Amino acid sequence: MKFRTFAWFVGPSVLMMLLFIAFPLVSVFLQSFQVTQPVVETVEVETCTPGFVGQTCVTETKTTPVLDANGNPVTTTEWVGLLSYTRLLQFDQVGAAIASGAFSSILAIDFWKALRFTLTFTLVTLPLVIGLGLAIALAVNNAARSVRGQIIFVSLLPFIITPVIGALSIRWLFYGDGIVTALLEDMLATDISVAANGWAIEFLMMFYRVWHVAPFAFVIFYAGLQTVNQDTLESAIIDGASRFERLRFVVVPHLMPLIIFVALIHLMDAYRAFEEVVGFSSQAHRITLQWLTYDLLTPDDAGNRAISRASASAMLTMIGIVILLIPLLRRTWRDHKGSAR
Amino acid sequence: MTLRTLMMAGMVSLLPVSAAQADCAFENETPVKVLSAGFEAWKAVTDAMAECGNVDAELDQEFRTKQPAAFAANPSLYHIGGVANGTITPLLNEGTIRPLDDLVAEYGENLAPNQLIKVDGQTMAIAMMVNTQHLMYRQDIFDELGLEVPTTWDEALEVAAQIEEADVVDYPLGATMKSGWNLAQDFNNMFLGYGGQFTDAESMPTVNTEAGVNALEMMKALTEYMDPEYLVSDSTYVQQQFQQGKIAMANLWASRGAAMDDEAESQVVGKVNAAAAPLAMEGGAPATTLWWDGIVIARNISDEQAQAAFRVAMEGLDTEMVKANNDAAIWLISGYQPNRLAEGAIATASAEPAPPSYPSTSQMGLMHTALGNELPAFFTGERDAEATLAAVEDAYITAAQEAGLIE
Repeated sequence: MKFRTFAWFVGPSVLMMLLFIAFPLVSVFLQSFQVTQPVVETVEVETCTPGFVGQTCVTETKTTPVLDANGNPVTTTEWVGLLSYTRLLQFDQVGAAIASGAFSSILAIDFWKALRFTLTFTLVTLPLVIGLGLAIALAVNNAARSVRGQIIFVSLLPFIITPVIGALSIRWLFYGDGIVTALLEDMLATDISVAANGWAIEFLMMFYRVWHVAPFAFVIFYAGLQTVNQDTLESAIIDGASRFERLRFVVVPHLMPLIIFVALIHLMDAYRAFEEVVGFSSQAHRITLQWLTYDLLTPDDAGNRAISRASASAMLTMIGIVILLIPLLRRTWRDHKGSAR
Repeated sequence: MTLRTLMMAGMVSLLPVSAAQADCAFENETPVKVLSAGFEAWKAVTDAMAECGNVDAELDQEFRTKQPAAFAANPSLYHIGGVANGTITPLLNEGTIRPLDDLVAEYGENLAPNQLIKVDGQTMAIAMMVNTQHLMYRQDIFDELGLEVPTTWDEALEVAAQIEEADVVDYPLGATMKSGWNLAQDFNNMFLGYGGQFTDAESMPTVNTEAGVNALEMMKALTEYMDPEYLVSDSTYVQQQFQQGKIAMANLWASRGAAMDDEAESQVVGKVNAAAAPLAMEGGAPATTLWWDGIVIARNISDEQAQAAFRVAMEGLDTEMVKANNDAAIWLISGYQPNRLAEGAIATASAEPAPPSYPSTSQMGLMHTALGNELPAFFTGERDAEATLAAVEDAYITAAQEAGLIE
């Protein structure tokens, strides 16, 4: 292809990627080393607010931003180095916790609490998603041709549902007097409060993620199964290979690139888990790194938002994903080089 | 269908509209946009405003995140904003709303003096209703068990124990303790009730004090009588617990009162009464805060637009609207007839000493967030009261340094 034609084809896509991915990323990267503050002054202000009958007036000193001639707040931006990162990671508190031997109190610090859960969440759901996806794919592949369509449709449903709605529907099954909880309470004749236990919420969040993503793995693996070399399979049968051995030595090696692909996508997705926290209102017990960024970015009633720390948190999340992906990317790279030779 | 019936149908469907427009004293020609919270009272007010024509109201519970940026735009994206004493802060700080004194003088003849929110002598907002968290309780259960309505939280604990023993409801108590904003607000109520101060004159935090520990210990004691899932329980959750007859009392928003008597939803119509918020300590104010809701007008719009917006707003806040929606809120507007469920809010607001208004300061915004994020660890048992409050102070200091409020 001529370079000109090539450029015309990829140009729009590159432009979009620069505009919506690269520039925001650079901006977030820079902001994580900056702190922008309004210039404030303290003033005596008398405020009168209504009671039911009369008014109560209080005079208090308030901190208000200084406004410029156009009525916009004056702000200063300073380079602060790694300050926002230290504020987020709170190494002094981590150090104090290690020195006093109270390791569990590290996990009470927002960032570390979020990191602990995000990692557990990602690494526990990964094998489950791949295993379940593969199991469904094999089952569908061996099902009678007449019912395959229906089975595929039903298995894909969880993936089609909007993530937050899916999380909410599972929440409603278990929280309060949800159907499943009520049923269990009846059977066991005890009182169950799912949302009062951190571990139960953690389990539900993982259950939801596996339920939601397994169909994606299934579709990919099912497509892969259609291209397994039938001759190899037949000769394996003739050699006396059992069903498991055929899976272990023929099917799985054939699917390996796809398994790695699914693992890559899942690691990226699960590490920035967010909708589970919202759907299950798990903030009291479990938070994720992405939720932490969101929380820092949400303005409070007074309009304050911690943009610098949010940027630092976003950068750390990205670094985390890259670290998680390195082993898989290295493997793909080796395979790629191997096949090129 | 004949042409005749079609025309009749068309006329019938047009009728209510023209009748409604007749309710407005003037015909509004200037487009006016409103952004407010989405609860029942705002629906009543914005519907009344819409009668004047050319009014586009956006009712959104996430208004607080949109409003500061939308009003800072030039021209402002909305003309009228619905605010409360917490959410007016960024608008005041950034100077994106205009003083209303001239407009009040010209068009505000029906406003009561206590509706005018004054900041340094200038009217910056018009209040329409007050709101507060106060004690709602099941009168029928209290009568049946011969219980007195508690006036302090210590009494509330005793009453809760008796209700638990009688086993008449699932849980004696409900509370708006969902982690985040709600839990922090529940703490604020109790903390102020114990005479606490959030910050000192230098904006440094002062919550890790006796009042703070007392407030946390009392809240923890109360949770013994609650649904163990209280950390996901927001106002709507508590309202539904009441409506479904699962709880016997709760410190709940006055604005939720009308829902108790809503026959479509509630199984306890006429059985829930309201009393003043209990005291945390003898001689103190009721352990709650006073809130108001009202309207502001954007600065970055033309004077003509501001005038039209204000006149429309006055139509929304008139006696007619209150008469049609009497039970939707504790209105400050003339013509309001307090009903049975408003008694609690009125008793709370007129208590001596009276509970404070929720402070509208930048510091309070940061403190509220810090409390909302750090307090859950105390209730899940990860940290004790003092460690939790120390963590709150740390989180506040970090945020305040970042916001430039302290060194």
